[in-house]
Amino acid sequence: MKRVQQVAISFILLVAALSLLPQVFSTMSYAQQFRDIPDAAPSHQHLLGTDDLGRDRLVRLLYGTRVSLLLAPSAALLSTVMAGMIGGAAGFAGHRVEKLVMAIADLFLSMPWLFLLIIVRALLPLNIAPMESAAVTFILLGGLGWAATARVICVDSKSLAGSDFVLLARASGVDGWHLFVSHILPNLRPLLLAQFVILIPVFILAEANLGMLGLGVVEPLPSWGGLLREIENIPSLSMRPWQFVPFALLVAVVSSFHLAVKRQESTI
Amino acid sequence: MKVRAIRCLACLACVLASSIVYAQSGSLLRFCLRSEPKTLNPLLVADDASETVRYFTGGVLMRLNRSTQRLEPELATSWKISDGGRTISFKLRQNLYFSDGADFSSADVAYTMKMLMDPSVHSPTGDEFRSGEGKISTRIIGKAQIAITFPAPIVGLDKLFDEVAIMSATSPLKERAVLGPYRVADVKPGSYLLLTRNTNYWKHDAAGRQLPYIDSVRLDIQQNRDMEMFRLIHGEIDFINSLDAEYYDRLRAQAPSMVNDAGTSLDAEQMWFNQVASSPLPAYKKAWFTSVNFRRAVSLSINREDISRVVFRGYARPAVSWISPANKFWFNTNLRPRPFDQKAALRLLEQDGFHLKNGVLYDKAQHAVEFSVLTNSGNKAREEVAIMIQQDLSSIGMRLNVVTLDFPSLIERITRTFNYESCLLGLTNNDLDPNTQMNVWLSSAENHQWNPNQKTPATLWEAEIDNLMRAQASTLDIKKRKQAVDRVQQIVWDQEPFIYLVNKDALSAFSNNLHNVHPVALRPQVYWNVDQLTVGTQLARSR
Repeated sequence: MKRVQQVAISFILLVAALSLLPQVFSTMSYAQQFRDIPDAAPSHQHLLGTDDLGRDRLVRLLYGTRVSLLLAPSAALLSTVMAGMIGGAAGFAGHRVEKLVMAIADLFLSMPWLFLLIIVRALLPLNIAPMESAAVTFILLGGLGWAATARVICVDSKSLAGSDFVLLARASGVDGWHLFVSHILPNLRPLLLAQFVILIPVFILAEANLGMLGLGVVEPLPSWGGLLREIENIPSLSMRPWQFVPFALLVAVVSSFHLAVKRQESTI
Repeated sequence: MKVRAIRCLACLACVLASSIVYAQSGSLLRFCLRSEPKTLNPLLVADDASETVRYFTGGVLMRLNRSTQRLEPELATSWKISDGGRTISFKLRQNLYFSDGADFSSADVAYTMKMLMDPSVHSPTGDEFRSGEGKISTRIIGKAQIAITFPAPIVGLDKLFDEVAIMSATSPLKERAVLGPYRVADVKPGSYLLLTRNTNYWKHDAAGRQLPYIDSVRLDIQQNRDMEMFRLIHGEIDFINSLDAEYYDRLRAQAPSMVNDAGTSLDAEQMWFNQVASSPLPAYKKAWFTSVNFRRAVSLSINREDISRVVFRGYARPAVSWISPANKFWFNTNLRPRPFDQKAALRLLEQDGFHLKNGVLYDKAQHAVEFSVLTNSGNKAREEVAIMIQQDLSSIGMRLNVVTLDFPSLIERITRTFNYESCLLGLTNNDLDPNTQMNVWLSSAENHQWNPNQKTPATLWEAEIDNLMRAQASTLDIKKRKQAVDRVQQIVWDQEPFIYLVNKDALSAFSNNLHNVHPVALRPQVYWNVDQLTVGTQLARSR
């Protein structure tokens, strides 16, 4: 394991540990409103200041990190596994299966998901707990996000299926399932890892936008997506640069995932 | 003789110089519309952008002075309501011309009313004149006199003509021929509208100069509010008609001379509970929401002062009634904002059998008190109000779940499926006369949001409101009307079918380049005196 990879993994673990222990920094609740000091600058009491409603930004960032760091990679993992299985199998199984699966993927990509999500919101009860809403959101994102990745995987899988080592394995009498699991999937791993890393920030931002449909992480529970919505207002940020901290943390965490995975790829 | 000739020449030179300066000044007023006007036909106006164009171009028989809140004569020199409120007669100004040179006469008023009331036109403005079954009749008494008779009396009939832009019966330009201060000169869809002065506009200032002072108006279509503010600061536009508190504060920090707080507006933020008997809510929740003690307890537990101070940064006042204090005549001054008193709230809840256990409120049947509040997504201030209410109610053991929905889904729930528990929305009000809110207060009305379309009033107090609103709508005696409307406000304050939260201030901003600006609380706040506005160096001449 290279040093850069070690640093990246250590950083992710550190952020995860901090998000699990917010009480080390503060005993405040993420929902507690200090209404006398809304939108306050950083101070001893509130290290990252307060938001528009007087809630401690640091505490909200830590709890938001917990939610997003747990759920966004989980959704990305779900999506990547689905894409790996579907796309990988389509590329490997032959022309007809590939055509059928890609047609389904195209259908998935072209469907108006906005309307489906509105229907999902209509089916959900209004009195849903914030954490349940967050879980439903990320399961939906994970379940719907496989199609584009599957197309990429399919191309690579098809190329692998025609490679010399697969021909050799076939000639040696290795059966299809064993060939797919033992030879194709391991070779798709770098691509799958790259797709996994790409999907994490995509899902974090998608969660923020789903708030418009009454899905996503609902108030008062914070999430990175919700916190990032604050930086839509760029002019005000020049006066309050500490509001960039959630964005900086997101960039740092996603970069760390990328570095960790990249280094792992190079070792494969 | 020589002196006289010199004086005459001097006067002529002044007049010529003045007219040349005006003709060549090319003065331009610039501001942003937040969406594209859906129509340029004044009869079909239903959105803010189209309303703005109508205000600049439309000539009306009378205009509500947004500052004094009184009607003033425009194309009509006088008017008289008779026949118990069914008939209105106008005396019109003579020798006036549309922007294309067509004569203005009573025939144009008759034509406009015919088009306005034509069912196939579907005019939203015309809907306000539909008082009963039957057709309206117009009687042209002369070129400058006309009487219009409606099938049934209309309360506040004269004020409705503030929105009726008179159209030419003869001009081939149809609705593009106007009597207002400006006419539409150019439209670039998605980009801008250019209005130029109507050279036939009839108004003149005290010095005899023709109005408006500004030659043309450019309305840029700009949805991005940050960009709008940037353009104001950099002198690319002259004003922003309506600002949010956050933008107002930001602008005030950068350019304090540009901002204006015209005081409390007619707009209110309000919350209500679903009291529809056929809604899919469980019976115990219906019982909560139909209990006046429950509603009042929720109202007492909301800290309106905090909402005004934190969310609206002090540019809002705790709301009292469905009529804003900005509506000077109709507001019931005996009413006071509901105090923030959570102990009193708990006492009221105890009367209904609610009790606190480990910080959670339970009803008689041991159901924990938990409900959701719907609000529209994308409105940051409203979402923040909901979150503040969430914390306030948690102090009395109620768990409130905030649900933000896209507007169509929200409307579907509150008007069709009734699958919601409570709702938080804002009321935008343009009319001063409470009669325009009949569609809210009658129990049979569609917009009676907490329990619409009732066949018979569900409660005694709703029956009383029905009677009072019908009584005020059937008399022209302003004192009786005021008494009835005051009583309705009192009943609503007592029963709280709507929990009024805050009345926002009318915030606006304008550049130092714009003069004769007197922002008011009523729409359109900044440009209500559009024909009096001047820009840049025109200041000295217009005074």
